[in-house]
Amino acid sequence: MKGFGKYVIFMGSLFVRRETFMTYYHLTLEECIQIGIKSIFLFMLVSTFMGAVTTIQTAANLVSPFVPRFVISQVVREMTILELAPTIMAVIYAGKVGSSMAGGIGTMRITEQIDALEVMGINSSSYLVLPKIVASLMMYPLLVIVAAVCAIMGGYLVGSLTGTLTPTEYVYGIRYAFNEYFITFALIKSFVFAFLISSISSFKGYYTQGGALEVGIASTNAVTTSIIAVLLADYFLAYLLL
Amino acid sequence: MIKINNISKSFADKVILSGISGEFDKGKTNLIIGASGTGKSVLLKCIVGLLHPDTGNVYYDLRNFTEADKDIRSEVRREIGMLFQGGALFDSKNVEENVKFPLDILTQMHPDEKIERANFCLKRVGLEGANKKMPSEISGGMKKRVGIARAIVNNPNYLFCDEPNSGLDPQTSILIDELIMEITHEFDITTVVVTHDMNSVMGIGEKIMFLYKGNKLWDGSNHEIMDSGVQELDEFVFTNKVMKNLKNK
Repeated sequence: MKGFGKYVIFMGSLFVRRETFMTYYHLTLEECIQIGIKSIFLFMLVSTFMGAVTTIQTAANLVSPFVPRFVISQVVREMTILELAPTIMAVIYAGKVGSSMAGGIGTMRITEQIDALEVMGINSSSYLVLPKIVASLMMYPLLVIVAAVCAIMGGYLVGSLTGTLTPTEYVYGIRYAFNEYFITFALIKSFVFAFLISSISSFKGYYTQGGALEVGIASTNAVTTSIIAVLLADYFLAYLLL
Repeated sequence: MIKINNISKSFADKVILSGISGEFDKGKTNLIIGASGTGKSVLLKCIVGLLHPDTGNVYYDLRNFTEADKDIRSEVRREIGMLFQGGALFDSKNVEENVKFPLDILTQMHPDEKIERANFCLKRVGLEGANKKMPSEISGGMKKRVGIARAIVNNPNYLFCDEPNSGLDPQTSILIDELIMEITHEFDITTVVVTHDMNSVMGIGEKIMFLYKGNKLWDGSNHEIMDSGVQELDEFVFTNKVMKNLKNK
């Protein structure tokens, strides 16, 4: 509870003694490049394979002649949009971006760069963390959309190339009984996960004390805590919104 | 001038500073000296506001910094320049960007003026031409100089240096000390240096405060330190046989 209280106070500190809008604008753009553009290849790669593997595994399990083949792509669609794209990608996002945030801020802490900002009269938490959170809120939903498209494309490619189902069956299944609300749900989840991962990772990095070893520990803690928070949030969001 | 009055600070049950009072004069290099773990850096952090003292106040030219509201604190902080032990340069910015960073954040100067001012400060610390180098590409001594350039870029009234000689060879240490002293006199600022380097003490200690186990035991100048009559200070100053023999002579 003490840690949670500290986290809440930390989040509150982001909104006091702020710098100019232009300062945040430039910092947020830099973070968008770091977080979004530099993560896009990994997201595309993982999600494409994820879609491909999901298609093969679903096909392997749907052996009944009474189940039409297009159900395979329907299952791939629902799994991708509801869980794989927002949640599994969040785990990858925590590992890549979250650990980088915690490590970067932690290193700034132990090398007195944060103290230097404070001495200059700058609110270091707001200056360093707010742009990361805003950039995450902007970029992670986009990454989830890219991941979902890549996963579905991966399934299409594998399904077509291996003859598991025809392209027509695949596309039919993708379009069959489509519930648009699931997209909204996935985007709500992606906003929540983006906030949790970026804020928890920054928080862990900001309060690092010690040396290089502690920075490593802070990074690991950031990933672990972020993933636990994402999984809990995933459950509650599913419970409340579906 | 900076005045500190009855500064105390503890972490949990451990008392780090107890009732430190004193003054740091304008236009002088004021030194806080003492062995490792005596609370020098904690005192410095209390003075610049990175730590809040448990008791006591810090006055910047009669402005009570410790009890001040955020506007006054912000105003005072804009008049402070600080050199950190490791330089504390921002890794993602090059030398020029590091030096002009306070101007970017704290002033509305034209970009050309900022570059001009950064170049002036870099030249002043003997680093002209190093503008585009990254912190990882420069030596420890150069990092300290960039740190000094960044500390003075906004024309501070108060300059703080935390162990400016740590990790440097004796020759570079003396250069850094001389630079700090020259800048102090040239810009007529109040400089406070935390150090345990005896070369610094003897070289630039115009006003010295000696801390021992969280207490102030002595203050004076480098000319008076040899005859302080304080046993703990003598033990700190005359640590090796050569110095002890010198004292006995």
